Amino acid sequence: MTTTTTPAVLVDAEAVAERPAASRARVVARRFVRNKGALTGAVVLVALFLMAFAGPYVTHWSYDAIDYTALRQPPSARHWFGTNGIGQDVFAQTVRGLQKSLLIGLLVALFSTVLASLVGACAGYFGGWTDRLLMFAVDLLLVFPSFLIIAIISPRLRSGGWLAFVGLLAVFGWMITARVVRSMTISLREREFVRAARYMGVGPFRVILRHVLPNVASFLIIDATIAVGGAVMSETALSYFGFGVQPPDVSLGTLIADGTPSAVTYPWMFFFAAGLLVLFVLAVNLVGDGLRDAIDPTAGGGRGRKGGRR
Amino acid sequence: MGVYLAKRLGYYVVLLVVAICLSYLLASVALDPRAYYAGRQPPISPAAVDAHLTAIGVNDHTPLMDRFGHWAVRALHGDLGKTIDGTSVNAEFGRRLGVSLRLLLAGTIIGTVLGVLVGAWTAVRQYRLSDRVVTLASFALLSTPVFLLAVLLKTGAIWFNNTTGTHVIQFTGESTPGLGGGFWTVLKDRSVHLLLPTISVALFAIASYSRYQRSTMLDVLGSDYLRTARAKGLRRRTALLRHGLRTALIPMSTFFSYGFLALFTGATFTETIFGWHGMGEWFISSINDNDVNSVVAVNVFAAVVVLLSGFLADLLHAALDPRVRHA
Repeated sequence: MTTTTTPAVLVDAEAVAERPAASRARVVARRFVRNKGALTGAVVLVALFLMAFAGPYVTHWSYDAIDYTALRQPPSARHWFGTNGIGQDVFAQTVRGLQKSLLIGLLVALFSTVLASLVGACAGYFGGWTDRLLMFAVDLLLVFPSFLIIAIISPRLRSGGWLAFVGLLAVFGWMITARVVRSMTISLREREFVRAARYMGVGPFRVILRHVLPNVASFLIIDATIAVGGAVMSETALSYFGFGVQPPDVSLGTLIADGTPSAVTYPWMFFFAAGLLVLFVLAVNLVGDGLRDAIDPTAGGGRGRKGGRR
Repeated sequence: MGVYLAKRLGYYVVLLVVAICLSYLLASVALDPRAYYAGRQPPISPAAVDAHLTAIGVNDHTPLMDRFGHWAVRALHGDLGKTIDGTSVNAEFGRRLGVSLRLLLAGTIIGTVLGVLVGAWTAVRQYRLSDRVVTLASFALLSTPVFLLAVLLKTGAIWFNNTTGTHVIQFTGESTPGLGGGFWTVLKDRSVHLLLPTISVALFAIASYSRYQRSTMLDVLGSDYLRTARAKGLRRRTALLRHGLRTALIPMSTFFSYGFLALFTGATFTETIFGWHGMGEWFISSINDNDVNSVVAVNVFAAVVVLLSGFLADLLHAALDPRVRHA
């Protein structure tokens, strides 16, 4: 008997489990790369991350350093993106702001997706009063205009810094995802492998972690990607009105707010930050859309985009 | 179906009451009305501040539950209390609501109708050049925050006015203060002021609704009943509009109701940036003034808008989908 004809029973169980997963990943990757928009988006994202995290090391200006000899200077070899009204280097500020906005976006998407998947899976899996209570909480949070509530609370959390702000954005950003996870869980609960696990005496939380959540993972990945864009938009919007990131720290939102009055006269103070913001969110949306098409080719192009923006 | 709608309505009322109570408690705890009087020239004596805060029911020395009780009893009689300046919240509410409606109405209607039509049109022309261009444009728009688009529109208007040396496009406020003239002069002045906010509101509605409509329409286009409708001799246009678009509108009712919330949040930016004194601008200014009663009023308004639109979506769903109607 040669190895090629080894009966499946003898093959290491892990290898069997691994093979279809790997080929699926390859299929998804191939579909993703074929999608020009998604590929462009991915390249832009990588470039933006490089810029945000390597940028501070390629300029010798610090984001809060002041060059008294250059006030409101247009872009030059000395100051790549020009300087602002008090002589700060706009490139250093933009890079720093981009970095903060990206970090906030990533963390918010991570926290809110974890929260959404846990709440949604518990509501769907347990059903009954757990479900009713959790869904009431979801509806309640949806009734609250999250922008307004964050604006009320965030000045009180100023001492907590930007991480408290991240928590606040995450707490108000998970509800619709949770609803989708809940409805997916309800149908998963009746599937054979989940029932089998349950009848074998596996505890409910273990079933949720091991059997339910992995089966909604592809949805969660897509959703988390798009949530990054939504979180960055909320962050910049709140910071624009002064309810978000506080000076002396900068984010794309505060930079855009500072540059707005001089958008016509000194465009470099405004358009670099604004352009990067739009570019980033656009790239995230393209990647999210491409991921959706690659993972679930039957889903429609614009399907399932949720009102996470603003 | 009547039972279904009544049940939904009952649920919405419970949600509304809980949301309003929570937002009152939250605003009372988070805001500090005393700060509004700090640093005045000439300084106001603490006793006077206390008296004033007690008069409008937001004195933080009164226990929170007492304040809430007083507020709730009055709110049940339809009185939302006094603003921090001592004027009536109800009067301010009415005035601001009118402003917001005038600002949003045209843009919303134009945006919704155009969004649905553009979405259906791009679905019919899937993967052609026009579809690709519209898709890319709406992606770009959806990636632009409201405040950024508003600022860009304003910048464009300033540039336009500067280059042409005129003041054709107005972008601050609702009307030119102290403008005389007859009905037509006023109407022209108001529509000129409305131009940019309407564009900004409508563009977002078009961008997001057309994406949803395109995908729901695509689902419908491949269906058997549409082919049957064509096969029995209906013209393409009639089949697409009567059988295709109508069915494709059903799932849209949910998106319309979510759209209202986004619209309201968006109005906060549109109003603040274009200098309209509507609900959204009121919200920002009342937070900055630590004006508890006004903040709660805006929250009440927003919650009512969300729930009303949710209920409207249920009604619309029932009207469009016979399965719900006869269930």
